[in-house]
Amino acid sequence: MLNISGVQEGYVLDHIKAGTALKIYRDLGLEQHDYTVAIIMNVKSNKMGRKDILKIECPIGSIDLDVLGFIDHNITVNIVKNGFITDKLKLKLPKEVHNVIRCKNPRCITTIEQELEQVFILTDPEHEVYRCKYCEEKYERK
Amino acid sequence: MQCFTVILHSTCLLQSNRKCVKMRHLMNPLDFSVEELDQLMDLAMDIEKNPDKYAHACDRKKLATLFYEPSTRTRLSFEAAMLNLGGSVLGFSEASSSSASKGESVADTIRVISCYADIVAMRHPKEGAPLVAALHSRIPVINAGDGGHQHPTQTLADLYTIKKLHGRLDHLTIGLCGDLKFGRTVHSLIEALSRYEGIRFLLISPKELRVPEYIRKDVLDKKQIHYEEVERMEDALPNLDILYMTRIQKERFFNEEEYLRMKGFYILNEEKMKLARPDTYVLHPLPRVNEISVDVDDDPRAKYFEQAQNAVYMRMALILTLLNIHVDEK
Repeated sequence: MLNISGVQEGYVLDHIKAGTALKIYRDLGLEQHDYTVAIIMNVKSNKMGRKDILKIECPIGSIDLDVLGFIDHNITVNIVKNGFITDKLKLKLPKEVHNVIRCKNPRCITTIEQELEQVFILTDPEHEVYRCKYCEEKYERK
Repeated sequence: MQCFTVILHSTCLLQSNRKCVKMRHLMNPLDFSVEELDQLMDLAMDIEKNPDKYAHACDRKKLATLFYEPSTRTRLSFEAAMLNLGGSVLGFSEASSSSASKGESVADTIRVISCYADIVAMRHPKEGAPLVAALHSRIPVINAGDGGHQHPTQTLADLYTIKKLHGRLDHLTIGLCGDLKFGRTVHSLIEALSRYEGIRFLLISPKELRVPEYIRKDVLDKKQIHYEEVERMEDALPNLDILYMTRIQKERFFNEEEYLRMKGFYILNEEKMKLARPDTYVLHPLPRVNEISVDVDDDPRAKYFEQAQNAVYMRMALILTLLNIHVDEK
């Protein structure tokens, strides 16, 4: 049994698809901060079989939940204050994502225009389709 | 003088007749509602009938044509439109003669051009470049073609031509023939016509050049538009109100042999035109290569050169609309 101390203030991200916690750590830009982070991988789960968990000690509001919603809106976000879970958030697909993914269309203006934001817009919520704001190329999830 | 207030991303206020109105750009043919398109076509019709009435509508106004890749028809059509309205034109016709060759961004170029002109028509090989321009512009921007993405003024000209020929845009059977995979004019026209009732498409192409899946699924299936995919032009010809021919574009093929095989797939000639009804009109966005033989040119149903003329009227109507210039009846 592995013991990891609890978060005093911050987030516990639960129900992360097994094996993807490191990617989420990077996509959230956590390597650019000095927050204390516990990455727990391949935890047994009744619901998912195996899952990952991220515990992040950081000020509330410092995680971009839109980015998280885009990556995987099935993740459960627990907000922790004074060592207790005070809120559980259900993520939604964000209407727009900025500078999280890059357009892969070689003919897109984003390939040459300096300092142009990479913006993707949710065009089909039912099928979770995002398209580049500029060239409308569909973003293909791997 | 422009009244400049940024609202959302791309809109600012355009001062005209002392009233500030919301400035608009044209990026996509669907930017206009069906009602707005009707107004635009009515205006184009009035311009066509009464050219003198509009001959000074754009006195002292300037159109900047920013063409980052060569284009004969579209650029000259825009310039003719502005000159017909009494305005003047400035600009460049290839990227090498612009500051883009020095590495200037589209955003910076448009900020500067906004100081020189009243309206911009931009063609760019990169898809989405006109949108970037619109986001930073103080004057209306018209997308004059961005890569394989959109060419909205061609679609406006196509719609105007169809309406003139048949008196309506609904309850028509439209045959689209040739390169339906890469042809941006075809995709835009399908999207634009799908907003009208009773439209039916016959999509005539070899298997390799069929309409992309996203057009079939996201436009045709979603809106429950009736369509058939056929390979033989002869099978479709007797049933059409409009035959819209397209060029097989050499630049879209990696393999010369494949291009040559596809190039000869559909050639419309007078013999085949005998299969068509007297009111089946032939359109083409031009330039053509060999897909319409010259013996069809004298057929009264060949309307592709009229289509090029109509494009000028439609661009005149568009310039007036985006500049919010109203010509009073006298």
